[in-house]
Amino acid sequence: MASKPRIGVFICHCGENIAGTVDVTGLAERIIDYDDVTFSTDYEYMCSDPGQNKIKEAIEEEDLNGVIVAACSPSMHEETFRSAVEEAGLNRYRCEIANIREQCSWVHDGDGSKPTEKALRIIKGAVEKVKRNIPMEPVEREHSDKCLVIGGGVAGIQAALDVAEAGNEVVLVEKEPTIGGHMAQLSETFPTLDCSQCILTPKMVEVNQHPNIELMAYSEVKDVSGYIGNYSVQIENKPTYVDPDACNLCGDCEDVCPVNVQDEFNQGLTSRKAISIPFAQAIPSSYTLDEEACLGLNPLRCSKCADVCDADAVDFDQSSKFIEEEFGAIIVATGYDLYPKEKMGEYGYGQYEDVIDGLQFERLLSATGPTRGEVRRPSDGKVPKDVVFVQCSGSRDPENHNSYCSKICCMYTAKHAKLYKESVPDGNAYVFYIDIRAGGKDYEEFIQEVQEEDRVLYLKGKVSKLKKVDGKLRVWGMDEIAGERMEIDADLVVLAQSIIPSSEAKDTSRKLNLNLGQNGFYKEAHPKLRPVESLTGGVFFAGAGQGPKDIPDTVSQGSGAAAKAIEMLSKPTLTHDPQVVEVDEDLCSGCGLCISQCPYDALEVNSRGVAEVNEILCEGCGTCASGCPTNALSLKNLTDEQLTEMIHAQIGD
Amino acid sequence: MSKKESKKKVAAYWAASCGGCDVALLGLHERILDLLDFADIAFWPAATDFKYEDLKGYERNEIDLTFFNGGIRTSENREIAEIIREKSELLVAYGSCAHQGGIPGLANMSSNEELFETVYKNNPTTVNPEGVVPQELTEREEGNLNLPGLQERVKSLSQVVEVDYTVPGCPPPPELTEDFLDLLLAGNLPPKGSVVAGEKTVCDECSREWNKETIDEFHRPQEVEIDPDKCLLDQGIICMGPVTRSGCEASCPEANLPCKGCFGPPKKVEDQGTEMLNSLASVVQIGEEGGSLEGEKALLSNLPDTIGTFYNFSLANSIFGGKVSDGGNDEQE
Ligand SMILES: Cc1cc2nc3c(=O)[nH]c(=O)nc-3n(C[C@H](O)[C@H](O)[C@H](O)COP(=O)(O)OP(=O)(O)OC[C@H]3O[C@@H](n4cnc5c(N)ncnc54)[C@H](O)[C@@H]3O)c2cc1C
Ligand code: SF4
Ligand code: SF4
Ligand code: SF4
Repeated sequence: MASKPRIGVFICHCGENIAGTVDVTGLAERIIDYDDVTFSTDYEYMCSDPGQNKIKEAIEEEDLNGVIVAACSPSMHEETFRSAVEEAGLNRYRCEIANIREQCSWVHDGDGSKPTEKALRIIKGAVEKVKRNIPMEPVEREHSDKCLVIGGGVAGIQAALDVAEAGNEVVLVEKEPTIGGHMAQLSETFPTLDCSQCILTPKMVEVNQHPNIELMAYSEVKDVSGYIGNYSVQIENKPTYVDPDACNLCGDCEDVCPVNVQDEFNQGLTSRKAISIPFAQAIPSSYTLDEEACLGLNPLRCSKCADVCDADAVDFDQSSKFIEEEFGAIIVATGYDLYPKEKMGEYGYGQYEDVIDGLQFERLLSATGPTRGEVRRPSDGKVPKDVVFVQCSGSRDPENHNSYCSKICCMYTAKHAKLYKESVPDGNAYVFYIDIRAGGKDYEEFIQEVQEEDRVLYLKGKVSKLKKVDGKLRVWGMDEIAGERMEIDADLVVLAQSIIPSSEAKDTSRKLNLNLGQNGFYKEAHPKLRPVESLTGGVFFAGAGQGPKDIPDTVSQGSGAAAKAIEMLSKPTLTHDPQVVEVDEDLCSGCGLCISQCPYDALEVNSRGVAEVNEILCEGCGTCASGCPTNALSLKNLTDEQLTEMIHAQIGD
Repeated sequence: MSKKESKKKVAAYWAASCGGCDVALLGLHERILDLLDFADIAFWPAATDFKYEDLKGYERNEIDLTFFNGGIRTSENREIAEIIREKSELLVAYGSCAHQGGIPGLANMSSNEELFETVYKNNPTTVNPEGVVPQELTEREEGNLNLPGLQERVKSLSQVVEVDYTVPGCPPPPELTEDFLDLLLAGNLPPKGSVVAGEKTVCDECSREWNKETIDEFHRPQEVEIDPDKCLLDQGIICMGPVTRSGCEASCPEANLPCKGCFGPPKKVEDQGTEMLNSLASVVQIGEEGGSLEGEKALLSNLPDTIGTFYNFSLANSIFGGKVSDGGNDEQE
């Protein structure tokens, strides 16, 4: 403090909480004798309005330049008292809390003389600290107003639309040729059975038309640097070799293309050409030439598509475009994949054509699918009369597969069974399940309906074996309720494959410095209180990448992430608590040992060979300050000198 | 300096040391002549024939400057240190042993009895069936023989008398001694108590690159092939560079050897060894995310030769001090 310290000490009774154990009036009388304390008083509830007024008045009348409130933990009312002190014209860091409740009265009893002695020492320590506090103002930083959304499934679509509606510019990056994600592949959606594409495609069109959204499909985030508010991102826009503005979707190119490859959108149930469009309403609405499948982007090799295109849309000379942009916030919505079939050998998955997964069944049910919505099995196109649905395939099996519950399979399996029965009323549907988990609005009712009205046979038990016997898929299982072994000869088996994080999650987490939980889903900052935030400032999660989710939850989280991003982007500048670490450049040798110690990536060795703190990122944890071998780092207002003097005051005579 | 005569008097002395510091003084070559232009040698047992009586004959502060090398091991070291202090206007702790106790200070891990046992009896190259050990007093018909006794523990010079300047190093590089002389001759010496060397640490002068974020294994230098461009710590070799005062031009790391810490700690560090252990503990990590506490504990507690690694020169001066009691600092007492 520049002028001579004049410290006021305000001792709170906290009703009986403190005064019941500590002699508060005695404390006020004794602390006035301590060096630099020029005023002291006690009061029933310092945090009350009259209590705070006492502080403000004393600051003025007694010309105080430092305040100690001896009361409860700073985590309770530090903010209250610092604001009060600020209102009275002092810098907020001229106020310190001496915790004489949690650290004294609550943990001691007895005649009061010892707790009072201890409280006195705690206050003396705080006086030594506040005397040496420097006044500080919040750290402020400019930020970009733009938001990057990675992943164009329904989560990313919802988040992008919400942020854009709030007036911020959005870049939506999708790795596939179209946005829509898995929802675009679904037939109808539980529990209301709306047609998935019917409710999704209007949103896709909205994304495409929104003036604040720049859609970058067939693109990839290459590199991310920077920090909250100021991320610098490099995006690669891969060549589609078709000019989307020129392409009129006539499909002539597709007809002449001689190459057939597996159609990803139909989950491999059909084939597509090397030049194709995932589905009719794809956005961007244009064909894409698959460079790997194409015979060679060269008129000498093939060029049939280019020759036939009346619109002159095929352009073999396109190449990757790299775009560098600054973003204030990033929403990660990379979604999910299904557990690989190679891993489900016990159910003959990958071995028998008629053992399929849930998404394949969605395509069979879908009016835009390979069978136009008629349920016909892949091997011979026959309508299956006995269909076995296996839930928890790869889930809840810690010994062999994933230990977690994939959450949505009970519901979509019920939907599958129902839609099957509607399509093949004389067929039999069997569902093997461990438990039915239908916690969701109208979900339990939906299950009941499927079980009772659609007469789907639910069998509680696991499938132990599956083998082809006499042209049928023989399924062995247990019906635990009847206590019987079951043997069903099926025409088609649908496995409710475990939901796993998108194969992209690892790579994305590395680029953005995100944590993954033990099952590989993104790890949120707090599972209950901060479910859409990551621990990396300015990066938010939406959708199934953070954990298995159905559409309602995905959309809610998309909006939640958007709200968080908007909250951040709408502030004129980013502000941050100034209690951060400081580098003494005369001492720092640039050894770099501190860099990896910072949990927030706030440190780097700069071009002058000394450590530099990014004050927006530093949380003031002090880890680096204790680890620095030259003691070049110190926390503002918690310097070694302050700590030493506090210790002396507390343990000295 | 305040003496009236035109020519100054300089002295040098060796206490518990290897003699290397005296050689380092001679290593000044022709620069020593500059010094002799300006001053006469008042006392320098390693180079000239002076007796203690000569030293005792000087008046208080009559010697302008004394370079004192070696730690305080024997009663004789201590007695001469006190006399020299009295006779010298400026006293320079020269080299690691005077500065911090140095290698002899490692003896503070053992009592004097244990030292005698090891050195004179249980030593594979010693044959001493009668168990003869040196005595402070040996009575013979011809007369009594006296040897100076060992002090309880080795001390640095500043732990027994006030030191004006320190020129660190094992031994101090000639450039550093020259720098000191230049400052002296120019009348430009820093405030008393200063260590005349760099202000940062060896890492500041070291050209090796630190890339690794964490350390998951340690090697002794002889066990691995050392990459000349990568930071030694990065390669799992404990280098005391981060906690050692600069001024040596990182001569050891530049020669593919880890810094052993001979310049002592930098300005704001009190205990070189604990500071380094503390920093290492902060960057050791075994396995991904969070690491394994057990593994890290085992790695750090199984380091070979902990004292020799972290306190090679600074044990006597450290807060930790060693195993022998009476770690007190006389000057402060
Ligand atoms: C068989 C089945 C049936 C279902 N039925 C229903 C139902 O009836 N009702 C219901 O509510 N829910 C249902 N669901 C769940 C529904 O599919 C999900 O809730 C929803 O699709 C999750 O959306 P998302 O955006 O989080 O992920 P996704 O749909 O997986 O979208 C993620 C998007 O991100 C893109 N992407 C991934 N990584 C990157 C990257 N690095 N860069 C750029 N883009 C990237 C992907 O290409 C994809 O477009 C069903 C799920 C399955 C498996
Ligand atoms: S650990 Fe200390 S000396 Fe090393 S770079 Fe960081 S601040 Fe500088
Ligand atoms: S105080 Fe904590 S958050 Fe701040 S730079 Fe140091 S380690 Fe990082
Ligand atoms: S630790 Fe040693 S090798 Fe590494 S930078 Fe410092 S002095 Fe050089």
